[in-house]
Amino acid sequence: MNRRDAITRVGLILGGTVIGAEFFMSGCKSSTSASGVADLTKPEIVAFLDEVGETILPATTTPGAKAAEIGKFMGVMVSDCYTEADQKIFLKGISDLDEASNKKFGKKFMDADAKQRTELLTDLDAEQKAYTKTKKPEDPNHYFRMMKELTLLGFFTSKPGATQALRYIAVPGKYDGNFPYKKGDKAWAT
Amino acid sequence: MANLNIDSVKDRTFDAIVIGSGMSGGWAAKELTDKGLKTLILERGRDVKHNIDYPTTNMYPWEFEHRGEMPMAIQEANPIVNRCYAFHEDAAHFFVKDADHPYVQEKPFDWIRGYQVGGKSLLWARQTQRWSDFDFEGPARDGFAVDWPIRYKDIAPWYSYVEKFAGISGNKDGLAELPDGEFLPAFPLNTVETYFSEHVKSKYSNRHVISARCAHLSKPNQIHIDQGRVQCQRRNLCQRGCPFGGYFSANASTIPWALKSGHATLRPFSVVQEIIYDEKLGKATGVRVIDANTKEAIEYFAKIIFVNAAALNTNLVLLNSTSNRFPNGLGNDSGVLGKYVAFHNYSAHISAEYDGAKDWTTDGRNPAGGGYIPRFRNVYKQETDFLRGYASGFSAYRYQQRPWDGVGSSLKENLVKDDLSGWKVGSHMMGETIPKEHSYVALDKTLKDQWGIPQLKISVDYDDNDAKMKKDYIEQLTEMFTSAGFTNIKASSDQRAPGLDIHEMGGARMGNDPKTSVLNKWNQMHDVKNVFVTDGASMTSTSCQNPSLTYMAFTARAADYAVGELKKGNI
Repeated sequence: MNRRDAITRVGLILGGTVIGAEFFMSGCKSSTSASGVADLTKPEIVAFLDEVGETILPATTTPGAKAAEIGKFMGVMVSDCYTEADQKIFLKGISDLDEASNKKFGKKFMDADAKQRTELLTDLDAEQKAYTKTKKPEDPNHYFRMMKELTLLGFFTSKPGATQALRYIAVPGKYDGNFPYKKGDKAWAT
Repeated sequence: MANLNIDSVKDRTFDAIVIGSGMSGGWAAKELTDKGLKTLILERGRDVKHNIDYPTTNMYPWEFEHRGEMPMAIQEANPIVNRCYAFHEDAAHFFVKDADHPYVQEKPFDWIRGYQVGGKSLLWARQTQRWSDFDFEGPARDGFAVDWPIRYKDIAPWYSYVEKFAGISGNKDGLAELPDGEFLPAFPLNTVETYFSEHVKSKYSNRHVISARCAHLSKPNQIHIDQGRVQCQRRNLCQRGCPFGGYFSANASTIPWALKSGHATLRPFSVVQEIIYDEKLGKATGVRVIDANTKEAIEYFAKIIFVNAAALNTNLVLLNSTSNRFPNGLGNDSGVLGKYVAFHNYSAHISAEYDGAKDWTTDGRNPAGGGYIPRFRNVYKQETDFLRGYASGFSAYRYQQRPWDGVGSSLKENLVKDDLSGWKVGSHMMGETIPKEHSYVALDKTLKDQWGIPQLKISVDYDDNDAKMKKDYIEQLTEMFTSAGFTNIKASSDQRAPGLDIHEMGGARMGNDPKTSVLNKWNQMHDVKNVFVTDGASMTSTSCQNPSLTYMAFTARAADYAVGELKKGNI
């Protein structure tokens, strides 16, 4: 009892999809890091990932992923919690994403406007979804799925994500097992 | 040998020594100091002071660098402890890391340990169900292990005694197989848990779904306030250590209580090498400790010794305490020390969905975890092709299915809106296992730890009875779920090694006959009357109920007996 994985709780927020867990719990036994992982702390990479995250979860009436420092978070998680194989995919994904932008709009992702970014990432999301659907467990993961999962995980466990986009109470002080349910404005963070 | 001058010996002499400061050691310390004994509490790890040493207790989710996940390098370096459900960023500092304390797995065994003041009482899942005569009479009725030297009536008043102090929430359910206790108000079942409870009651005369009984202060009494503990705030962050003392831990309760008496001395970083036996006196005279930091050997002396090092480490200490009189381990005339180790089988789960009760949800969090289904198999008589039975956890929660296609504001809107789907329900198995002679721990002949103490070799496995019982659990729960109208029922069986249940027991079992057991009915060594073992090592069989409450009750009972014997001059 209460022996539920922390990551499952994050999954609960996201409707049962266990975001990130497939990576974090994968059995890959590499104890080395991919070369280039250190690049994830470079300001231009952080800024790039911030914009990717913000395009996935933009500021609306509540803050977006950039306000949750999502670029920095993605870098930390990829560096510390990803296998070497997944790190390589993620790092290459940064240039893959730019290439896709070049191909579609003739400009890099950072030079594209918000509408173009959304259009591009919508395409990439459809691509990762189709790929993931038929992918065998041993096949490589799709870089955009990683970016999307990390954005969702990072945002909804961040302060602006949990307390402004969602509802969060650190100390409930009570438990009511029979509470009338009426649809509210915001889901609970935990 | 160091420290031989007389003053120093006096400084190192106590009325009682307690080896271990966790679930049962804390109780030994409290009881012995309450009775005025000058008591030395030895703990192999560091001190963890209530509140002061809970570094993560008030952290928000976003304050954890990896939002709870363990970095890959730590996971890879710690394959054993990484399998534990609670080994995450918020509590990893309370777990033993694999490389620091190696042991030998003759068969796979995930040995999960907490080496600090409070031990694993900081980390436990806090489930507290009494055992009954269906448990204590089990070995004699079903012909395994040896007969327990006690019955429920012997331990019942001591259950009451420890429950009042620890604070146990629960309902008086009136079930013979799960005796009622001294309860604070129960945490309620939720709408669907209640539905399932009522359904099961209507369909099966002998099956019950009750509120899990747990060591939480749902409504504290004065005795809990006196400990400095207040009401459980339903944070469900227990494994971090609770600033409210909302659940029972040695750190929040028994250890500070013992220290407040003025009779206790707590010595952390004290790795017990062996218990010293004096052949002329025919009893134990003290304990040899290795300081974990300086590696200096120091001897402490006392009239009585309580061994509460946690089940398998208690075996290790006793096996390593050899003398001319006891060449095979202290108090081991019987030859059974280290043998008849058993555990709980947690390796099956079942999940499903329930499409009703959509006008209801829950508010806040339930630290009890939901429902508990006491054992219903082979209770009054043998009725299946396996011995004994299993208890089951049962819980239900509302979930939200969220489409997470696309990107942008519509995705965000889908993810943040409050639009709950149906309910998910789940259960896990907690099966009794049979202690057998060939399920044992022993000292490795060559490998030693960093203090020169032999490493423990563990050889424990599942058996055919466990496999049959697991099959029955899956069949019965599937039937109960189906009958309740649950859908999408998925049973799963994992390949976990024994140990991950963290309910390992036995090795220094109690029994009536000194030829076949290590301890008598008072948890007192048959062969060394001033040594008492009151942790999991003393268990003759495992029941299927969570064991901690029973360790507490045995400890308080044994301490009362030991002090009485000391006063009478018998030990």
